[in-house]
Amino acid sequence: MSAVMESPDKLAVADAGPLVRPLAPPRVADAVSEPAWVRRTLIAVALLFLTLFLFVPLVAVFVQALAKGLDVYWAALTEADAVSALKLTLIAAGISVPLNLVFGVAAAWAIAKFDFRGKNILLTLIDLPFSVSPVIAGLIYLLIFGLQGWWGQWLRDHDLKIVFAVPGIVLATVFVTFPFIARELIPLMQAQGQEQEEAARVLGASGWQILWRVTLPNVKWALLYGVILCNARAMGEFGAVSVVSGHIRGQTNTLPLHIEILYNDYQFAAAFAVASLLAGLALVTLVLKYIVERRAKASHKEARHEH
Amino acid sequence: MSTRALLLRRHSVLPGFNLALGFTLLYLCFIVLIPLSAVFLKTFTVSWGTFLDTVTSPRVVASYRLTFGASLLAALVNAVFGLLVAWVLVRYRFPGKRLVDALVDLPFALPTAVAGIALTTLYASNGWIGKLLPFKVSYTPLGVFVALTFIGLPFVVRTVQPVLEDLQRELEEAAATLGASRLQTFAYVIFPALMPALLTGFALAFARALGEYGSVIFIAGNMPMVSEITSLLIITKLEQYDYAGATGIAVVMLVTAFLLLLMMNLIQAWARRRQGR
Repeated sequence: MSAVMESPDKLAVADAGPLVRPLAPPRVADAVSEPAWVRRTLIAVALLFLTLFLFVPLVAVFVQALAKGLDVYWAALTEADAVSALKLTLIAAGISVPLNLVFGVAAAWAIAKFDFRGKNILLTLIDLPFSVSPVIAGLIYLLIFGLQGWWGQWLRDHDLKIVFAVPGIVLATVFVTFPFIARELIPLMQAQGQEQEEAARVLGASGWQILWRVTLPNVKWALLYGVILCNARAMGEFGAVSVVSGHIRGQTNTLPLHIEILYNDYQFAAAFAVASLLAGLALVTLVLKYIVERRAKASHKEARHEH
Repeated sequence: MSTRALLLRRHSVLPGFNLALGFTLLYLCFIVLIPLSAVFLKTFTVSWGTFLDTVTSPRVVASYRLTFGASLLAALVNAVFGLLVAWVLVRYRFPGKRLVDALVDLPFALPTAVAGIALTTLYASNGWIGKLLPFKVSYTPLGVFVALTFIGLPFVVRTVQPVLEDLQRELEEAAATLGASRLQTFAYVIFPALMPALLTGFALAFARALGEYGSVIFIAGNMPMVSEITSLLIITKLEQYDYAGATGIAVVMLVTAFLLLLMMNLIQAWARRRQGR
């Protein structure tokens, strides 16, 4: 009995709801968002995680670098071994980035502008160095050019040195940075299609003219982005270079290897001083990446607007 | 002209196919394929029994266990927190958000050796973070996990973030209209849509962790049987001029990495099919 009596009452109350609070705004946003305390908790947990694993290590590099004062910091950076390590790092990056840039453009031109058999296999092969451990990337050149390797005896007879010398370091760096620029260019050039290039062709442009005047200007931000990432990795590579370097101070040490030697010698302030150079490079990389991404987005919007 | 006719599926008016593809293949062969094949050819020079003995010796197996276990744990932690970070970055507004977003890529940009010495110093028993913890992190297997979590962090965030940005809010509104609670909407509408990206990010972080070397060797302590990762074991063998042994272990790592790559491609194909439906 009572249940029957109750239900009309409840209905009436539910109906009266909006009438009682006529000024309450429609709360559509709440339906696809979370309560404020959930939002705040999630933000706090995410920031705590990032602080512990990202920000504190980054700050620590600079604090430790300056722990013993500016004099020690400056001495660590201007010491002869550090300068030669810096030079070698610049040489390795200076050779491997342009090589991989040319490769990236060629690969992207072939893959994005033409339709051919085996394209997916080629794409997978280009990505291959990403899934090879850096240590193995060094090992493979040791197996070929090392004394026990395929061409080891021949190289020794002709008094040529590749591993435990500069060429080996460059080769290992080229390997680990191999896909970076191609990976940035291929998806973008595939998305852009080939109408513009075909139009240029019809108007009488040669292949090189099309590349310089049409294709490359269209992908300049992605290209720059790829170069930035490639350079960061080239200058910071440790594992692969460590295997083929031979660790000869002043001759075959790059900056990351120099850091390892200083650290293992308990020269912590000096190790962190050199590390702060590379951390600074990383920060510059992130800033450039941020700018390039914004420019890319802006030019993307512009292109849409024109259409 | 013959390779062009042989390979091309469709006629194209654009020039440069032979040159571009030719250079691409040549460069790929010289830098990647021929050197990588050296690892496998080197393995063929030792007998099957010797190979098996090398790659299943107790010290090597202990290193697999550590590398695999720590990588898996780090990738799992990154999957959970990476999803959370991506969610917070896409859905919420807070001061300094753009800075945080840009800094997520730090592990990509920071050289591994720098990350290694920074984490070791922080998590050592007298370091800023290590001081606060009741247990040792640096120079233990736990240190390996910390380093691998650091280097794998951006993978999940950067694969999940764009998918979350493109997710249609209308679906969530529809779910809410149909009476779903926010948690139900997340579990049944949002999470399934993010699943392929999350799995891809997880697999990428895991694959990267398996081969990592630079950041780990500083913090691990590198005790044989306890905190020695597989990559380091390859270096140790090389320093003893045991090239065959080093190569054997490298083959095991390479095959594992290729299987992971194959798995990732399958996940992506599966995701594309699901989206196409």
